[in-house]
Amino acid sequence: MLHIVNKSPYEKNSLTSCLAHAVKGGALLLIEDAVYGATKGNVAEGAIRRALADLPVYALGPDLDARGMQGNVIEGVKVVDFGGFVDLVAEHRTSQSWL
Amino acid sequence: MAQVAEALEQEQDAQSVVKKFMFVNRKAPYGTIYALEGLEVVLISAAFDQDVSLAFLDDGVYQLVKGQQTKGLEVKNFSPTYRALEGYDVEKLYVERESLEARGLREDQLLVPVQVVSAQEMAQLMEQQDVIIGF
Repeated sequence: MLHIVNKSPYEKNSLTSCLAHAVKGGALLLIEDAVYGATKGNVAEGAIRRALADLPVYALGPDLDARGMQGNVIEGVKVVDFGGFVDLVAEHRTSQSWL
Repeated sequence: MAQVAEALEQEQDAQSVVKKFMFVNRKAPYGTIYALEGLEVVLISAAFDQDVSLAFLDDGVYQLVKGQQTKGLEVKNFSPTYRALEGYDVEKLYVERESLEARGLREDQLLVPVQVVSAQEMAQLMEQQDVIIGF
Protein backbone atom coordinates (compact mmCIF):
# COMPACT_ATOMS: atom_id res chain seq x y z
CA MET A 1 0.00 0.00 0.00
CA LEU A 2 1.29 3.43 -0.96
CA HIS A 3 0.01 6.07 1.44
CA ILE A 4 -0.14 9.60 -0.01
CA VAL A 5 -0.55 12.63 2.24
CA ASN A 6 -0.97 16.20 0.94
CA LYS A 7 -1.84 18.36 3.97
CA SER A 8 0.39 20.27 6.38
CA PRO A 9 0.66 18.49 9.75
CA TYR A 10 -0.41 21.77 11.41
CA GLU A 11 -3.49 22.05 9.24
CA LYS A 12 -4.98 18.56 9.49
CA ASN A 13 -4.42 15.23 11.25
CA SER A 14 -4.08 13.33 7.94
CA LEU A 15 -0.46 12.34 8.54
CA THR A 16 -1.14 11.18 12.11
CA SER A 17 -4.09 9.08 11.00
CA CYS A 18 -2.19 7.72 8.02
CA LEU A 19 0.76 6.64 10.19
CA ALA A 20 -1.63 4.92 12.60
CA HIS A 21 -2.82 2.77 9.71
CA ALA A 22 0.36 2.22 7.71
CA VAL A 23 1.95 -1.21 8.15
CA LYS A 24 5.29 -2.74 7.17
CA GLY A 25 5.63 -3.37 3.46
CA GLY A 26 3.89 -0.12 2.67
CA ALA A 27 5.35 3.26 1.80
CA LEU A 28 4.57 6.87 2.59
CA LEU A 29 4.70 9.65 0.00
CA LEU A 30 4.41 13.27 1.12
CA ILE A 31 3.26 15.78 -1.50
CA GLU A 32 2.01 19.41 -1.63
CA ASP A 33 1.80 20.98 1.87
CA ALA A 34 2.54 17.60 3.47
CA VAL A 35 6.20 17.96 2.46
CA TYR A 36 6.63 20.31 5.44
CA GLY A 37 6.21 17.18 7.56
CA ALA A 38 9.42 15.82 6.05
CA THR A 39 11.44 18.83 7.24
CA LYS A 40 13.57 19.23 10.33
CA GLY A 41 11.97 21.09 13.22
CA ASN A 42 8.44 20.38 12.03
CA VAL A 43 5.94 19.03 14.56
CA ALA A 44 5.86 15.77 12.59
CA GLU A 45 9.65 15.20 12.67
CA GLY A 46 9.47 12.66 15.51
CA ALA A 47 6.63 10.75 13.88
CA ILE A 48 8.44 10.65 10.55
CA ARG A 49 11.68 9.41 12.17
CA ARG A 50 9.73 6.65 13.95
CA ALA A 51 7.91 5.74 10.73
CA LEU A 52 11.23 5.39 8.89
CA ALA A 53 12.01 2.33 11.01
CA ASP A 54 9.07 0.48 9.42
CA LEU A 55 8.50 1.94 5.99
CA PRO A 56 10.22 4.03 3.34
CA VAL A 57 9.22 7.69 3.35
CA TYR A 58 9.32 9.76 0.18
CA ALA A 59 8.77 13.49 -0.43
CA LEU A 60 8.04 15.10 -3.77
CA GLY A 61 11.03 17.21 -4.81
CA PRO A 62 9.20 19.86 -6.86
CA ASP A 63 6.94 20.54 -3.85
CA LEU A 64 9.96 20.89 -1.54
CA ASP A 65 11.65 23.23 -4.05
CA ALA A 66 8.58 25.45 -4.44
CA ARG A 67 8.44 25.91 -0.67
CA GLY A 68 12.16 26.60 -0.21
CA MET A 69 12.45 23.45 1.88
CA GLN A 70 14.83 21.47 -0.34
CA GLY A 71 17.79 21.85 2.04
CA ASN A 72 15.91 20.98 5.20
CA VAL A 73 14.77 17.40 4.66
CA ILE A 74 14.99 14.83 7.48
CA GLU A 75 17.77 12.25 6.90
CA GLY A 76 16.38 9.02 5.51
CA VAL A 77 13.50 10.63 3.63
CA LYS A 78 13.97 10.02 -0.09
CA VAL A 79 13.22 12.86 -2.48
CA VAL A 80 11.50 11.82 -5.71
CA ASP A 81 10.43 13.70 -8.84
CA PHE A 82 7.14 13.25 -10.74
CA GLY A 83 8.59 10.20 -12.53
CA GLY A 84 9.41 8.69 -9.13
CA PHE A 85 5.84 9.40 -7.99
CA VAL A 86 4.54 7.39 -10.97
CA ASP A 87 7.00 4.56 -10.23
CA LEU A 88 5.80 4.37 -6.61
CA VAL A 89 2.18 4.13 -7.69
CA ALA A 90 3.09 1.41 -10.20
CA GLU A 91 5.18 -0.56 -7.65
CA HIS A 92 2.35 -0.81 -5.10
CA ARG A 93 -0.80 -2.84 -5.61
CA THR A 94 -2.93 -0.10 -4.01
CA SER A 95 -2.64 3.61 -3.22
CA GLN A 96 -4.51 5.52 -0.59
CA SER A 97 -4.76 9.31 -0.49
CA TRP A 98 -5.21 10.75 3.00
CA LEU A 99 -6.82 14.07 2.09
CA MET B 1 -11.24 41.12 -3.94
CA ALA B 2 -13.61 43.61 -5.58
CA GLN B 3 -15.53 43.77 -2.32
CA VAL B 4 -12.42 44.68 -0.42
CA ALA B 5 -11.58 47.40 -2.93
CA GLU B 6 -15.11 48.73 -2.64
CA ALA B 7 -15.02 48.68 1.14
CA LEU B 8 -11.75 50.54 1.10
CA GLU B 9 -13.11 53.14 -1.29
CA GLN B 10 -16.24 53.68 0.79
CA GLU B 11 -14.17 54.09 3.91
CA GLN B 12 -12.09 56.71 2.20
CA ASP B 13 -14.98 58.63 0.67
CA ALA B 14 -17.06 58.63 3.81
CA GLN B 15 -14.48 59.86 6.23
CA SER B 16 -11.21 60.61 4.47
CA VAL B 17 -9.44 59.12 7.41
CA VAL B 18 -6.72 56.56 7.39
CA LYS B 19 -7.74 53.29 8.96
CA LYS B 20 -5.55 50.55 10.26
CA PHE B 21 -5.87 47.43 8.11
CA MET B 22 -4.24 44.18 9.08
CA PHE B 23 -4.02 41.18 6.77
CA VAL B 24 -3.57 37.99 8.73
CA ASN B 25 -1.80 35.22 6.81
CA ARG B 26 -2.15 31.74 8.25
CA LYS B 27 -1.75 29.42 5.25
CA ALA B 28 1.30 27.89 3.60
CA PRO B 29 1.97 28.97 0.00
CA TYR B 30 1.06 26.85 -3.07
CA GLY B 31 -1.02 24.16 -1.31
CA THR B 32 -4.01 26.49 -1.40
CA ILE B 33 -4.73 29.76 -3.20
CA TYR B 34 -5.06 31.78 0.03
CA ALA B 35 -1.50 33.10 0.23
CA LEU B 36 -1.45 34.38 -3.36
CA GLU B 37 -4.96 35.87 -3.14
CA GLY B 38 -4.09 37.55 0.15
CA LEU B 39 -1.04 39.14 -1.42
CA GLU B 40 -3.14 40.45 -4.31
CA VAL B 41 -5.55 42.09 -1.87
CA VAL B 42 -2.67 43.68 0.03
CA LEU B 43 -1.38 45.22 -3.19
CA ILE B 44 -4.84 46.61 -3.98
CA SER B 45 -5.24 48.01 -0.49
CA ALA B 46 -1.88 49.75 -0.80
CA ALA B 47 -3.39 51.89 -3.57
CA PHE B 48 -5.89 53.39 -1.10
CA ASP B 49 -3.34 55.00 1.22
CA GLN B 50 -4.42 53.08 4.27
CA ASP B 51 -2.28 52.07 7.22
CA VAL B 52 -1.59 48.49 6.15
CA SER B 53 0.19 45.82 8.11
CA LEU B 54 0.70 42.10 7.47
CA ALA B 55 0.73 39.41 10.10
CA PHE B 56 2.22 35.97 9.52
CA LEU B 57 1.38 33.22 11.94
CA ASP B 58 0.79 29.46 12.00
CA ASP B 59 1.59 27.97 8.55
CA GLY B 60 1.55 31.53 7.16
CA VAL B 61 5.19 31.93 8.22
CA TYR B 62 6.10 29.43 5.48
CA GLN B 63 5.11 32.09 2.90
CA LEU B 64 8.26 34.04 3.72
CA VAL B 65 10.83 31.24 3.52
CA LYS B 66 13.83 32.02 1.29
CA GLY B 67 14.79 29.90 -1.71
CA GLN B 68 11.37 29.11 -3.18
CA GLN B 69 11.82 27.56 -6.64
CA THR B 70 8.57 26.74 -8.42
CA LYS B 71 9.86 25.72 -11.84
CA GLY B 72 9.23 22.02 -11.17
CA LEU B 73 5.61 22.72 -10.19
CA GLU B 74 5.07 25.09 -13.10
CA VAL B 75 3.28 27.62 -10.92
CA LYS B 76 4.09 31.29 -10.35
CA ASN B 77 6.71 31.94 -7.69
CA PHE B 78 5.12 34.89 -5.93
CA SER B 79 7.61 35.08 -3.08
CA PRO B 80 9.63 37.97 -4.65
CA THR B 81 6.48 40.09 -4.33
CA TYR B 82 6.94 40.26 -0.55
CA ARG B 83 10.18 42.13 -1.18
CA ALA B 84 8.33 44.59 -3.43
CA LEU B 85 5.80 45.55 -0.75
CA GLU B 86 8.14 48.21 0.58
CA GLY B 87 7.73 50.06 -2.73
CA TYR B 88 4.00 50.24 -2.04
CA ASP B 89 4.61 51.66 1.43
CA VAL B 90 3.64 48.39 3.04
CA GLU B 91 6.45 48.12 5.54
CA LYS B 92 4.88 46.58 8.61
CA LEU B 93 5.40 42.83 8.41
CA TYR B 94 4.94 41.01 11.70
CA VAL B 95 5.94 37.39 12.13
CA GLU B 96 4.97 35.41 15.20
CA ARG B 97 7.96 33.94 17.02
CA GLU B 98 6.05 30.93 18.37
CA SER B 99 4.98 29.95 14.84
CA LEU B 100 8.57 30.13 13.55
CA GLU B 101 9.89 28.09 16.45
CA ALA B 102 7.17 25.44 16.13
CA ARG B 103 8.36 24.90 12.55
CA GLY B 104 12.10 24.88 13.18
CA LEU B 105 12.49 28.17 11.29
CA ARG B 106 14.79 31.09 12.10
CA GLU B 107 14.42 34.75 11.16
CA ASP B 108 17.49 34.56 8.89
CA GLN B 109 15.65 32.01 6.73
CA LEU B 110 13.07 34.63 5.75
CA LEU B 111 13.30 36.50 2.45
CA VAL B 112 12.35 39.96 3.66
CA PRO B 113 13.05 42.08 6.78
CA VAL B 114 10.30 41.52 9.35
CA GLN B 115 9.51 42.28 12.94
CA VAL B 116 9.39 39.07 14.93
CA VAL B 117 6.84 39.39 17.73
CA SER B 118 5.44 37.12 20.42
CA ALA B 119 1.89 35.79 20.24
CA GLN B 120 1.02 38.21 23.03
CA GLU B 121 2.42 41.16 21.08
CA MET B 122 0.61 39.94 17.97
CA ALA B 123 -2.63 39.91 19.93
CA GLN B 124 -2.02 43.53 20.95
CA LEU B 125 -1.33 44.53 17.35
CA MET B 126 -4.59 42.88 16.30
CA GLU B 127 -6.47 44.78 19.00
CA GLN B 128 -5.15 48.07 17.60
CA GLN B 129 -6.64 47.54 14.13
CA ASP B 130 -9.79 49.01 12.61
CA VAL B 131 -10.16 46.24 10.05
CA ILE B 132 -8.75 42.71 10.06
CA ILE B 133 -8.91 40.46 7.01
CA GLY B 134 -7.77 36.88 7.28
CA PHE B 135 -6.36 34.54 4.66
